[in-house]
Amino acid sequence: MSAVAAQYEALQKMDVEVISVSVDSHFVHKMWNDNELNKMVEGGIPFHMASDQAGNIGRAYGCWDENQGIEMRGRFIIDPDGVIQAMEVLTPPVGRKVAETVRQVLAFQHVRATGGKEAMPAGWEPGKPTLKPGADLVGNVWKVWNPSME
Amino acid sequence: MSEESASCARVTSSVAGDPPPEAASPPETTAKEASKMTARVGQKAPDFNAPAYYKGGFTNVKLSDFLGKWVLVCFYPGDFTFV
Repeated sequence: MSAVAAQYEALQKMDVEVISVSVDSHFVHKMWNDNELNKMVEGGIPFHMASDQAGNIGRAYGCWDENQGIEMRGRFIIDPDGVIQAMEVLTPPVGRKVAETVRQVLAFQHVRATGGKEAMPAGWEPGKPTLKPGADLVGNVWKVWNPSME
Repeated sequence: MSEESASCARVTSSVAGDPPPEAASPPETTAKEASKMTARVGQKAPDFNAPAYYKGGFTNVKLSDFLGKWVLVCFYPGDFTFV
């Protein structure tokens, strides 16, 4: 969570809000923030740390682990209309890559800004070419994009 | 997101952006219906309302309060875990 918190300012500039969710009570969230996370991120966690002690939210999002009574590492990108545009769920031992989340948000924001007229090829990053789907592009993607551009 | 007394987190049986179905439906029914819902890409996110720690205080956080903004919802196994 501290990795996400460290990118929070950048995420805010992108108009992205963050909510973290675990089975811990909001009281334990406070202790974790006050005793550890604020040593990793200046000022502590700047976003809402939600408590899902019964796993109701985790179930609805498909990241509830019934056997262990915990949430898997689920990450959901939700657009301004409340639509889920991307999801990723990892088992507990492997952490996320926040930069990849940022990349995906930027890509979805670009698609939204163009009203869906542009699509983002594999490995797209800001500054790289986008694709403009249409009759001209059918069978011609090779002219404008190849895997070495990923 | 006002300072409220702590209660259990619950999904609201609606999706972010839609009006709540029936405000009068009992909480148990709500939880059962909610447990069937599964988040899918391209679909509206299941809305939820949960107690939260936020900037030194205790409050409630509701996903649909953030409509109009992009939202990142991040689940993790537990506080004081290492990754």
